[in-house]
Amino acid sequence: MSERPFRLAAVLAGTLVLLAMPFYLDAFWLQTGLFAMSAAIGAIGLNLLTGATGQLSMGHAFFLAVGAYGYVYLASDDGPHVAGLGLPTPLAFAGAIVLAGVAGGLFSPIAGRLRGVYLGIASLALIFIGQHVLFNAETVTGGFNGRDVPPMELAGFRFDDSPELVVFNVPLGALERLWFLAVLLLIPAAWIARGILRGRPGRAMNTIRDHETAAAVMGVPVARYRAGVFVLSSMYAGAAGALLALAFRRTVPDYFGMFLSLDYLAMIVIGGLGSVAGAVAGAVFVSVLPQLLTRFGDDLPLVAAPGSAGVSPAEAARILYGAAVVAVVLFLPGGLAGMWPRLRAAASRRRAASPLTRLEKEEQPV
Amino acid sequence: MSTFIELVVNGVSAGSVYALIALGFVIIFKATEVVNFAHASLLLVGGYATAVLHDDIGFLPALGAGVAAAAAAGALVELLVLRRARVEHHAVLAIVTIGVDIVLTTALTRQIGTQVLSMGDPWQNKIVHVGGVGIAQTRIAAFAVASLLIAAFLAAFRYTSWGVAMRAAAEDGETAALMGVRLTRVSLAAWAVAGALAAVAALFLTVFPTPGLDRSTSFAAMKAFPAAILGGLDSTTGALAGGLIVGLTESLVTGYQGDLAFMGRGIGEVAPFLVMLLVLLVRPAGLFGTRELSRV
Repeated sequence: MSERPFRLAAVLAGTLVLLAMPFYLDAFWLQTGLFAMSAAIGAIGLNLLTGATGQLSMGHAFFLAVGAYGYVYLASDDGPHVAGLGLPTPLAFAGAIVLAGVAGGLFSPIAGRLRGVYLGIASLALIFIGQHVLFNAETVTGGFNGRDVPPMELAGFRFDDSPELVVFNVPLGALERLWFLAVLLLIPAAWIARGILRGRPGRAMNTIRDHETAAAVMGVPVARYRAGVFVLSSMYAGAAGALLALAFRRTVPDYFGMFLSLDYLAMIVIGGLGSVAGAVAGAVFVSVLPQLLTRFGDDLPLVAAPGSAGVSPAEAARILYGAAVVAVVLFLPGGLAGMWPRLRAAASRRRAASPLTRLEKEEQPV
Repeated sequence: MSTFIELVVNGVSAGSVYALIALGFVIIFKATEVVNFAHASLLLVGGYATAVLHDDIGFLPALGAGVAAAAAAGALVELLVLRRARVEHHAVLAIVTIGVDIVLTTALTRQIGTQVLSMGDPWQNKIVHVGGVGIAQTRIAAFAVASLLIAAFLAAFRYTSWGVAMRAAAEDGETAALMGVRLTRVSLAAWAVAGALAAVAALFLTVFPTPGLDRSTSFAAMKAFPAAILGGLDSTTGALAGGLIVGLTESLVTGYQGDLAFMGRGIGEVAPFLVMLLVLLVRPAGLFGTRELSRV
């Protein structure tokens, strides 16, 4: 039985459903979906680094910030207090990704040499340095108050509320249009990462993770690979950051702090380390959970409205996914993405096993 | 000149506190090979217990309770989470501690809210003048207590059977187990001791000149991470040196930030991390860390 056509059909159907969603969802869920998709792109990048290569990074938020502010800086025009290059927006978007890659490359002397958790601590520095720069380089970042994000414009099509656009009787505002952009970015991002993981580089990365010496002996340039994957994962973060900026329409430095990095690590652990599907599943889980709690918080016990004495939805979500990280490692190795093959294996085992236990009629004890 | 001396004294005092935190971090790493990202939250547990209890039971008993609470929290994390996690990569264990950290920190900062809790310490904001240099009593106490604890710990590490077991386990876990060292007990003890040290550090991180325990305290504790890795994650000497370097850098850069205005406001917070990056560029294993060799 060949799986390929079935898989292809599933992917196509999934894409169609994704593309149809803006016609049915309201603004709240569109916003949530946008966050989830940009988080998915960032998480795929982090999973290449942490999941596949075993290099822990706490600095992912820094590269998201580089992407977000890179886009804003390249795309905005010069203002009274802030500077900008006023480039065409698609060029600015690509430039933001390149900038994040360059930032990752600058860190590569450290990213190439340090192993696993050591890199995790070293990359903490990026968060603190990043916050410092974001607050102080006011002409570029707008300081404490942040900056407005100019809307994307692709070949005359503006990803903004005006001019009005109605398709199938559904008015397509900025959120709906950005949704399509996000889908357009997420699919190649996932596809490229999948190709890397399944090909020769992926094998090399996994070998570095599992046994560094063995990898080196087999001819994998360990340091170069580590540095390269670090750059690649920063570029993914850059794309995610720029997309986030477009969805938020304003970038503020506070957002790109320590907790954002932790969010991303939680995503890949909950979803499943080392796979693209895992990164996407985890990203959806972590970004949708707080929104779900906000939306349905009134009906849930223990969750109170923000500002009142109880546990606010954001805090409840944080506690829940922190606990989820621990629970996944304890009880569900492989994460959400690892559940599917396990279920299938269990199902096929059951199917294969059942005839063996059944006795023929004449053998049945009377 | 007197400002310089003042800054150095404050730096050394803060450094000894960071060394205390980094030491706990290193102990856990040596005993269990886990990089404990939940260390800042253990510190917060200890600090919070002290801050809440000191009104009712007095300062010293409250400090004792804080130490006990943080030690218990550390032991519980080891007992309930890390002992049960079966993973192939130590990076995953580190991420588990991040999960623990998210839960503990969120729960505690929610309790703290926007308050600034005082620790009820006996020194308050009194200042001692020594030859024209004013030094806060809290800083002297911090240095004294931290050095005492570090000395006591290092002595125990060297001379008691507990310390021998710990060092044996760190050197070669399997052989140590064959010799009758109970590895589970060693790692449990490591986590408890690390928690206790962090609780004491919490006290000195939040007394004068800091206003008190608030939600940003866990960020202050983050500075112990560069201290630990700067010195080398598997070296107790490194933790001490790293702590001092971080403390001095922070104090001096903050003190002279008027002359460093081109680097922006609040550069003192970032300077320890910059120093860490510089050191790692030259010595990836840290100043005193053993460079790993592998034989095939």
